[in-house]
Amino acid sequence: MSEQGPQPRRRPGEISFATRRRIFLIGGAGLAALLVWGLTGLPDFGTVSPLYGQLIDKLGVPQRSATDAVTAVNFDYRGFDTLGEEFILFAAVLGLALLLRETRDETEGAIDDDAPERRPPPTSAALRLLTVVLVPFTVLLSIYITAHGHLTPGGGFQGGVIGATALLMVYIGGEYMALRRVRPLTLVEVAKASGAGAFVLIGIGGIIFAAAFLDNFLPVRTPGSLVSAGTIPLLSFAVGFEVAGGFVLLISEFLDQLLIVRQGRTRRR
Amino acid sequence: MNDALEALQIAALLMVSIGAWAVVAARDPTRQAVVASLYGLTLGILFFSFQAPDVALSNIVISAVAMPTIILLAIAKTRR
Repeated sequence: MSEQGPQPRRRPGEISFATRRRIFLIGGAGLAALLVWGLTGLPDFGTVSPLYGQLIDKLGVPQRSATDAVTAVNFDYRGFDTLGEEFILFAAVLGLALLLRETRDETEGAIDDDAPERRPPPTSAALRLLTVVLVPFTVLLSIYITAHGHLTPGGGFQGGVIGATALLMVYIGGEYMALRRVRPLTLVEVAKASGAGAFVLIGIGGIIFAAAFLDNFLPVRTPGSLVSAGTIPLLSFAVGFEVAGGFVLLISEFLDQLLIVRQGRTRRR
Repeated sequence: MNDALEALQIAALLMVSIGAWAVVAARDPTRQAVVASLYGLTLGILFFSFQAPDVALSNIVISAVAMPTIILLAIAKTRR
């Protein structure tokens, strides 16, 4: 670490760099030894099939007609875990929105622009064309991944995030201020909240119409068809709405944070 | 068939290790965000080659698109 330049003067009681490195090396060596020890005891990849996996493989199709075992676990057998995960995202986005809203009010109009006559460079025609072509296909892919969650890899979470990237593309290919005018933020918030709420309501439906919370209460139909697997596709769409709304809100809050103050400045002069 | 899969797995593991090193080696945070995005893509290929397409899908979108975007926006905000 000789290229680090002169070391800052140490305060009394502070550990020197050399000592710190020695402590790290001892700790790192210990961690590496433990990891190697643990890894040598593992069975070879693909040789062991755990009991839970065997059960899901055997039960997933006859019980729920869900050909994608992962989605069957996520939205049915371990649906309660997904409920928790969904609300982690919900709480995180909510916290971020609250935090950034506060800051936005505080800083708006407070920053001086060094070069007010300088405009951001216009988006190139190629980028605009590319996003115009890609956005509808991205939205379509998002719906496809969400709707086919119980048949092929994918589901509400993956579909939802893919849908949110469509908004990002609109931002990259166009003007953010134009996007702000067309972006239905209230609708996004409603989609997010109703997605989270629908998951709980479907869960309560399980208590009323079946044995337990999130228990399947719809007919399962033919395995492999689009309308099958009972409540799994519905839960997938609920998560899809919640995740897409959450991520759109997240990106919008960050973009607002970056661009609104700039906009406020140009408006004032 | 099995050999081809194994070759893909080894290639994916190599790409991930090179990508992880590249993320650490990129010192400028803006470049680092872009390199991290490519690294997320290699992780997606790794998950896919080890037969976890569900994880690969979510990982590609999160770590190749969403995370770098938020990092870039945060960098742009703090630099002003």
